[in-house]
Amino acid sequence: MLTAETIHRLQEVARAIRRDIIEMVYRANSGHIGGSLGAADLLTCLYFHVMRHRPSQPDWADRDRFILSKGHCSPVLYATLARCGYFPAEDLQQFRRTGSHLQGHPYAPKTPGVDVSTGTLGLGISTGGGMALAAKLRGQHHRVFILCGDGEIQEGQAWEAAMFANKYKLDNIIGFVDRNYLQTDGYSEDIMPLDPLRPKWEAFGWRTLQIDGHDLRAIIGAIDEVPSHPGKPTMIILRTVKGKGVSFMENEAMWHGTPPNQDQYERAMQELADA
Amino acid sequence: MPEWKHTRQGYADALIELARRDDRILVLDSDVAKATKTCDFEVVFPDRFFNCGVQEGNMMCVAAGLALEGYIPFATTFATFAAFRAGDMVRNAIAYPKLNVKIGATHAGITTGGDGASHQCNEDIAVMRALPNMTVLVPGDYEESRQATLAAASMYGPVYLRFGRDVYPVVEELHDGFAIGKAKLLRRGDDLTIVTTGILVSEGLAAAETLEGEGIATRVLHLPTVKPLDEEALLRAARETRGFVTVEEHNILGGLGEAVAALVSLHHPRPVARVGVRDVFGESGQASELLDLYHLRAAHIVSSAHAVLAPALR
Ligand SMILES: Cc1ncc(C[n+]2csc(CCOP(=O)(O)OP(=O)(O)O)c2C)c(N)n1
Ligand SMILES: [Mg+2]
Repeated sequence: MLTAETIHRLQEVARAIRRDIIEMVYRANSGHIGGSLGAADLLTCLYFHVMRHRPSQPDWADRDRFILSKGHCSPVLYATLARCGYFPAEDLQQFRRTGSHLQGHPYAPKTPGVDVSTGTLGLGISTGGGMALAAKLRGQHHRVFILCGDGEIQEGQAWEAAMFANKYKLDNIIGFVDRNYLQTDGYSEDIMPLDPLRPKWEAFGWRTLQIDGHDLRAIIGAIDEVPSHPGKPTMIILRTVKGKGVSFMENEAMWHGTPPNQDQYERAMQELADA
Repeated sequence: MPEWKHTRQGYADALIELARRDDRILVLDSDVAKATKTCDFEVVFPDRFFNCGVQEGNMMCVAAGLALEGYIPFATTFATFAAFRAGDMVRNAIAYPKLNVKIGATHAGITTGGDGASHQCNEDIAVMRALPNMTVLVPGDYEESRQATLAAASMYGPVYLRFGRDVYPVVEELHDGFAIGKAKLLRRGDDLTIVTTGILVSEGLAAAETLEGEGIATRVLHLPTVKPLDEEALLRAARETRGFVTVEEHNILGGLGEAVAALVSLHHPRPVARVGVRDVFGESGQASELLDLYHLRAAHIVSSAHAVLAPALR
């Protein structure tokens, strides 16, 4: 049962992660804020409620896997991993600096808790397919969670991967599309239309849901339902707001990859201050 | 202090100039127009700009189709996606049938900086050089980038144009006499030749200055065209100087250095020291720090020069 306290606790975690994201990108003076803020609610639900994982044992064989296929949103992953205890929170200050284990895009050999190296868009569902297949071959019961951007799945490979997961009945994959309707150059339906998105995934054989990507109950509820659909991979389309949580960053393409200046940083941190 | 400018801006500015005088010029991008600067072209020529979304492979083949029908498409993305993500399309749909497609690749090299190794492409010259029919242009500053782009349009056949992410010093010496396949003699000298390509030309010139102060007369040959190689200028340097230091913001495997070494080893053997990324992936950091960390500075060129000349001086 999801109590009101649980939801409240998760909301507080998500807010702290959002503050970390702003802080990291401001300090590094580079990085991707908008898509990171928009995914903070999902990563909070996954790492603080849904996934079976052990921060003290990042290579635990039976852990649920997570692939940040939209690797440019590394700030949300790093902040989440730090808050889980995979590494000290101070490390976040070294984001994108020479010698740091926190690379601009996730790099598994360096960062505890990062399962898969990403940065080139469109690869994650395929890699996830391989990991999910391996779990099937070995009779393991963990799940493979994959987060893609909506711009990202314009890559043809996303759909190759969709066919593969369907063919091999990889029902241990739970994918998410961060449907914020924005990508680098603007509004996704202007750049390369994707709608109607849900029937596309359904046509590729995936059980497909569409929910509010900032509704924690809806996210957790959608994932909880998965086991009752054996034989099919699941895709959850998250309707999200890029830049969520900072009013002037919300739904603005400009905040895809622009760091805040000092004034913007202060205003953002104020908006995200403890209630 | 020199002025610093984006090389990718030289590309975008040239595209606008080209489109004004030639209706066949079209520009394609793959959701990085704000980063490659082709967004400027889109403002001026919205009907001749096509954003393919995050689809580099598709974009390359669309460009091939447009070229088959007589257009001159400039397909634009980051270097790593042009060379690797869409590498098969570039090879089989563009280079093999020798189509008139121009590939504009930005964010090449270690100076891509904070994005880290996934985006710092230090291997694209190797791949593009190895493709038959491909011309490979690696300009050194804003103005040379502009001129290289203009020149690419004026020749028939596939061209790979390589640009960085950062701002780079404007080097006045580069601004005359751009011709595809021709080296630029930036400095005369008969002891040693420094061969540069791309944005490290300023480091090469600084190194030559230092060496000159030590009494080593240093020639600087700048090659904005890595392929076809200016064999004549290089072999003359092989005859007239005692060795080479090649300088490139690229892996020492497969790049300019290997091209120079292969040439001189056959016709006029001379020692060739290669300054470049030493077969490692990069890491996140400021461009200027990374140039230090990966030994791509004038000081490293100078010590390579000493190593090249050491046997001769003994
Ligand atoms: C193959 C590839 N092409 C281009 C890029 C450059 N790039 C980084 S983020 C991005 C846009 C991604 O948009 P979306 O997937 O919608 O992410 P979000 O809106 O969640 O940030 C692009 C084109 C890349 N990283 N990989
Ligand atoms: Mg998006």
